[in-house]
Amino acid sequence: MRARYVVAGIGHTAFGKLPGRDTISLNVEACRNALADAGIDKSVVDAVLIKVPTSAHQFMYGQKVAEALGIKPRMGGAWDQGGAANITLISFAIMAIDAGQCDVALICYADNPRSGNRAVYGRPRGDDAAYGWFSTAAGYAMIQRRHMYEFGTRPEHLGAVAIASRRHGAGNPNAQLRSPLTMEQYLNSALLVEPLRRDDCALVSDGGAAVVVMSAKRARALGVPAPVPVLGFGHGQTSYDVQFRQSLTSTEAVRAARTAFSMAGLKPSDVDVAQLYDCFTITVLMTLEDYGFCSKGQAGDFVADGAIEIGGALPINTSGGLLSETGMPGMQLIMEGVRQVRGSARLQVPNVKVCLVSNQGGTMHTHSTLLLGA
Amino acid sequence: MTMPLPAPENTEISRPYWDALKLGRLVFQRCECGHAWLPARRGCPSCLGDKVQWEQACGKGRLVSWVVYHTAYHDAFKHRLPYNVAIVELTEGPRLITNMVDSHERLACDAAVELRVESDEGIALARFALSPRRDDEQGTGSPARRNRA
Repeated sequence: MRARYVVAGIGHTAFGKLPGRDTISLNVEACRNALADAGIDKSVVDAVLIKVPTSAHQFMYGQKVAEALGIKPRMGGAWDQGGAANITLISFAIMAIDAGQCDVALICYADNPRSGNRAVYGRPRGDDAAYGWFSTAAGYAMIQRRHMYEFGTRPEHLGAVAIASRRHGAGNPNAQLRSPLTMEQYLNSALLVEPLRRDDCALVSDGGAAVVVMSAKRARALGVPAPVPVLGFGHGQTSYDVQFRQSLTSTEAVRAARTAFSMAGLKPSDVDVAQLYDCFTITVLMTLEDYGFCSKGQAGDFVADGAIEIGGALPINTSGGLLSETGMPGMQLIMEGVRQVRGSARLQVPNVKVCLVSNQGGTMHTHSTLLLGA
Repeated sequence: MTMPLPAPENTEISRPYWDALKLGRLVFQRCECGHAWLPARRGCPSCLGDKVQWEQACGKGRLVSWVVYHTAYHDAFKHRLPYNVAIVELTEGPRLITNMVDSHERLACDAAVELRVESDEGIALARFALSPRRDDEQGTGSPARRNRA
């Protein structure tokens, strides 16, 4: 299956605060742009696979978006897996095309928590709300505390991740937060849920994005100008909520990456540039470890001295990620991965043969990995 | 006026848990297969059987991790800031979300803890306190390099 399927087009809306925009219209705009990027008409699309809006679940949402697109797909619907869903849906599309169930798939996501309702991020976590157990951030703070205890991870290590994303997003005209960050500013930024600082946390953003997936053969037949081959993908889910996991410091990135690298016949040292899900800075450190870029517990040292910044050993999140470009859960990373392989990124890494993209969801509940390359 | 604490749902499944706490007892579920867990479920998530019994915890455990809130996501907690939320693993195995009654400066991962049931606005909650250190015990100050939790 390696390299027989491609991301044929990418498209997105503006990011940031988009008052008055509903998620369906954002999805439609992103899909229109992705179809234009692929140079194809919507009439060839026969699969529409959608990640549910995080902040506003709706019944039969996948059908509502397809209706707004004026498409009656053979395969279609919405998938709830948190931020891992984008890569998951790309892999589902590829497997479905391979099985003859569809030919051309649109995968899209949109949400409007910034101008709409962001209550989901501060939600009560079941009966434990009586103890004050609220929010997405607090689950990651539990994990970060444990990682700091077990491996001696320091605030400066987490700061290096935030600084890299903010540096890369600073010159991105589409980015929502374009102010670079110094270590001093990071260390002085407000504690939100300790040990998490404000600058460890993803942005809250309105916006949408979409990709088109098809076979390499179909892309040639349709004259798609810049198809990017998919080399591998993989998945993992712990399912258990954070307090019930036997280990707080290893993640499903291990299994997801093992599957993806095996499918692609590649290893971490083959990766030229990575787009790593940075909902919180601790996620990046643990993903680097669990993907095998460094040994367990050593990510703090790995990211020091600019290694993950442009010009470093493994540049990551070259358009700014969730910490700078947009808090949208994951699709921006896939689009930037496509641009890096095409050679059209604003902060282009030279001679990219392999770009790795990670997506994850919940409180590290779900993980998916995508390898793109020439 | 301050908002009241968000009360637990207290369903048919979870009522024995909350009722026991009102009497100062922390209970968990154990299946005939030996698996023990919290929170309350109708069946065993290990063997999927339904021969489930309630068992009283000895009240001893270990502090797995904790966080300190500097922002309130619910009005009931605005006047409590900063407050902590912790994960404790009971000696019998089950884990739960809780609060530590000690000052935050004294908390440490893997510290021994013991049950301190408290009534808060009429809700009985299973909180924990750091166990008094025995002289023959090793300190927990140095980070474990093993991946224990």
